[in-house]
Amino acid sequence: MVKAKKHRSYRDRFGIGGSITFVILILWAMAIIYPLFWMVMSSMKSYNEIYSKVWSLPEKWLISNYSVAWEKGISNYFVNSIIVTAFTVVGVVVIASLCAYGLSRYKSKGIDIALMLCMAGMMVNPQVCLIPLYVLLQKFGILNTRLALILPYIAYRLPLSVLLIRSYFLDIPKGIEESARMDGCSSFGIYSKIFMPMSKPIIFTTIVLTSYYAWNEFLFSIVFIDSDRLKTIPSGLMTFRDALQTDWGVLLAGMVISTLPMIILLIALQKHLVRGTSEGAIKG
Amino acid sequence: MLFIFVFIPLIQNFIYSFYDFSAFSPTKTFVGLDNFKELFQDKVVGTALINNMRYAVISVIFHDFIGLVLAAVLEDPIFRKVAPFFRVIYFMPVVISISVICLLFSFIYNPEMGLLNNFLKLIGLGNLAKPWLGLSETAPFAVIAVSQWQSIGYIMMLYIVAIQKIPSGLYEAAEIDGAGKIRRFFSITIPQIKETIFVTTLLTITGSMLVFNEPYILTKGGGPGTSSITLSVYMYQSGFLKDKMGYASALAVIIFVITAVLAIIQLRLSNTGEEDY
Repeated sequence: MVKAKKHRSYRDRFGIGGSITFVILILWAMAIIYPLFWMVMSSMKSYNEIYSKVWSLPEKWLISNYSVAWEKGISNYFVNSIIVTAFTVVGVVVIASLCAYGLSRYKSKGIDIALMLCMAGMMVNPQVCLIPLYVLLQKFGILNTRLALILPYIAYRLPLSVLLIRSYFLDIPKGIEESARMDGCSSFGIYSKIFMPMSKPIIFTTIVLTSYYAWNEFLFSIVFIDSDRLKTIPSGLMTFRDALQTDWGVLLAGMVISTLPMIILLIALQKHLVRGTSEGAIKG
Repeated sequence: MLFIFVFIPLIQNFIYSFYDFSAFSPTKTFVGLDNFKELFQDKVVGTALINNMRYAVISVIFHDFIGLVLAAVLEDPIFRKVAPFFRVIYFMPVVISISVICLLFSFIYNPEMGLLNNFLKLIGLGNLAKPWLGLSETAPFAVIAVSQWQSIGYIMMLYIVAIQKIPSGLYEAAEIDGAGKIRRFFSITIPQIKETIFVTTLLTITGSMLVFNEPYILTKGGGPGTSSITLSVYMYQSGFLKDKMGYASALAVIIFVITAVLAIIQLRLSNTGEEDY
């Protein structure tokens, strides 16, 4: 009843055009939600049920699918993803903020060149560098280790992160820095005691963007990692699919597990994620 | 000057990557332009390029146009109450790992139990049901559809941010002058966010030239045959499955040239755009 009332009041204000648009919005939302809902629902079904009763809710809720998926390897990929993501995030934040500090506080030809390189770095895409990177990692002897993912991830996230953080640093008033220097604060002190604490929002955005990237990256993780033990979630799921064959319920459970952290992150941090992605792209 | 020491590895990384891939001949034997000669006679490259183009055209229509309309609709004051809800939903696929999405869609496209065919039967269009990924005519489009589903929300979000920056006074003035909603969309919204439109269009086209994940997972590397292959997938296959690193590097050069040209065009266009004002 309540719903019907609400709907009527909307229609009064919208007119026909508005109502039609509203219906279209809902249809598109359904097109996005339903497959995801289906994924969650089917992850608790048996193979036969997924196959023959596509639309229905599971007869028996096989929550065990989740524990099976977890034991059969997802836990392993999950841990790898967390390790890789954590190191990437720490690396990016530390290096990018130091670079941004230098780039925002000093002026010289070298700085301009460094900035240009940063911009150019954003234009270079991973596909193009895939093979040289592979050869390089081979030479270093770190192919097929976690470092083979962490180092390229950091390198690819740096240009964007540096520019983001720098633009924030530039807005910090010069006066604060000068008075700190008067009090005998070193350059590093200014960076760690003034700039970093004052830039929490942008650092936060960087963390969110980077972890989102490292968690979902696919191309590098299938090429640079061979051993199943070290795979991250996106590439691990591929192995998982091949190993499970028709155990679809378990596969779907694995998919749900690997999606959850990012959905939770999205709902918890909507604003940061949205602002970050848009700023990043526009600056690109 | 601590940053210089930190910066050097980064710079080196890029220099290294530039050096290496332009040295398209394998270090062991110098083959000159042979790789490129082979490349231009290779039919698969043609197919891949066509697929990349299809990607670009379809994505520009869907992402950039529909994304823009969605953004404008959601920013309309009458939807103010429900807009945040739709925004989060539309953005959801963007944060989901591409491999999860592709696996999910391989279920949806499944000829026997897939959601799509079952849905078509449900609404009485059962004769349209087909093995979407198994036919070379439908496979490329089925793969492209997945990317549309995933990233429309991302582009929409970029537009929303841009639209929010338009001063509301402009709309009020137009409303007083009696301009309708559609009129306001074309004469205020679009000119005001011209820059963003350039950027997103470039992003989509560049993205279309680099598509890798979707065909790699959904059609197991461009199947059936090579019908849904893209340049990146072909590069991956040449390099890591057929072990023709040099040839793959040549492909990478092609990809780089295409994307670099696009980047330059975009820079030019957005510059002239500003001068017009």
